[in-house]
Amino acid sequence: MSNIPADLRYAASHEWARLEADGTVTVGISDHAQIALGDVVFVELPEIGKQLAAEQEAGVVESVKAASDIYAPIAGEVIAVNEELTDSPELVNSDPYGSWFFKLKPSNAGDLDKLLDAAGYAAACAADA
Amino acid sequence: MGQRTPLHGQHLALGAKIVDFGGWDMPLHYGSQVEEHHQVRRDCGVFDVSHMTVVDVHGPQALAWLQRLLANDVAHLETPGKALYSAMLNERGGVIDDLIVYLTGFGYRLVLNAGTRARDLAWMQEQAAGCAVELRERGDLAMLAIQGPHARARTGELVSSARAALIHELRPFEGMAEGDWFVARTGYTGEDGLEIMLPAAQAPDFFSELVGAGIAPIGLGARDTLRLEAGLNLYGQDMDESVSPLAANMGWTIAWDPVGRDFIGRAAVEAQRCAGGQPKLVGLLLEERGVLRAHQVVRVEGIGEGQITSGSFSPTLGKSIALARVPAATGERAEVEIRGRWLPVRVVRPNFVRHGKALI
Repeated sequence: MSNIPADLRYAASHEWARLEADGTVTVGISDHAQIALGDVVFVELPEIGKQLAAEQEAGVVESVKAASDIYAPIAGEVIAVNEELTDSPELVNSDPYGSWFFKLKPSNAGDLDKLLDAAGYAAACAADA
Repeated sequence: MGQRTPLHGQHLALGAKIVDFGGWDMPLHYGSQVEEHHQVRRDCGVFDVSHMTVVDVHGPQALAWLQRLLANDVAHLETPGKALYSAMLNERGGVIDDLIVYLTGFGYRLVLNAGTRARDLAWMQEQAAGCAVELRERGDLAMLAIQGPHARARTGELVSSARAALIHELRPFEGMAEGDWFVARTGYTGEDGLEIMLPAAQAPDFFSELVGAGIAPIGLGARDTLRLEAGLNLYGQDMDESVSPLAANMGWTIAWDPVGRDFIGRAAVEAQRCAGGQPKLVGLLLEERGVLRAHQVVRVEGIGEGQITSGSFSPTLGKSIALARVPAATGERAEVEIRGRWLPVRVVRPNFVRHGKALI
């Protein structure tokens, strides 16, 4: 069983999203996703300033096994990326909810409500398996 | 559900992630593929390779038959215990399979791939028609590979004194029977180690003893990165029936002498050799970040294009490496297309790591 924190929102494509106090949204990949990928060895992050549509490709995470796209869970502008993952991609495995990929300034803060809550995401993962 | 080895229940109990491999349910890893890889390079680990196909060859014409069946010459095996790596070719010179053959007291033992089992057995039966040879598939045997710098010492502590003595005495690429076990100093990792064939009923207890003694179980994931670092081909990926051994870095395994030995595929491969122009299988090293993968296109400026046949991340080097089939004239540099971008790669001999040491 993977860890699915109750205070986050989730995309069906296995990204988590957290609304911060300043209105920005932090994005990473779920515990379920990192388990499925296996040892992560490479992360490609989006460019700061890039405007992303919801479900648009935002980056790539590669494990020893395979490459997998990361998508923007909601529309917004990339305002920060986690360069630490470039040097230490294995952090995605050891701390998936601490290892954020990028931060978005959402186009519409209400979009977050369209994502799955923890129960909905748990159900989606169970259906996946 | 695929076929299962005698150790399937133990793999599940050890937390293995199970995947299909050539029709078999096999462990991919038991937690971290990269950790398992390092474990083998630095200490040792045990692999369940019971899915591999073991065929014993008996009969007065076994030698002559194998001299026709295989591109390497089993006559090089002068005393029981010696082993040989060979391709088994079709008439067009394509690789049906690669295998290890051991000279034994009763004849020869072949160890072939799992995914090619049906094709191999059908081909061998066809070639055996009219020959005084008998093929016995040994589905009753399990096979464990214990690999790593400490593999022989650690295994020797867990077996009978006779088997420990044999493990101590075996030289690289030798294998001998001891009771109902067959113990070989062979492997697929680029490290020292053993491959042990034993009755399936004895395998669960022996595997438990190895794991209980702290020898980590290792999955197919690490098996793949270990063999890739060692520059060892994987059948079905780096070569198959459409590929000449000359284009798969297997030219060294073809015994051209004596010229009168008419092995299957000889005429075709000889013609290829004379004509020249066969592509070559090389190693690639990506100096930038990223991961090389099978089927990515390789571009060699002014010369032409090729393709990656196996690619992954090398845990030992901390960089991505690959095997690629490229034009014969390829020099030291090339480029690989990854997601629409061309990244420079170094072209190297396909042997990246041996005995724990980086070779590039």
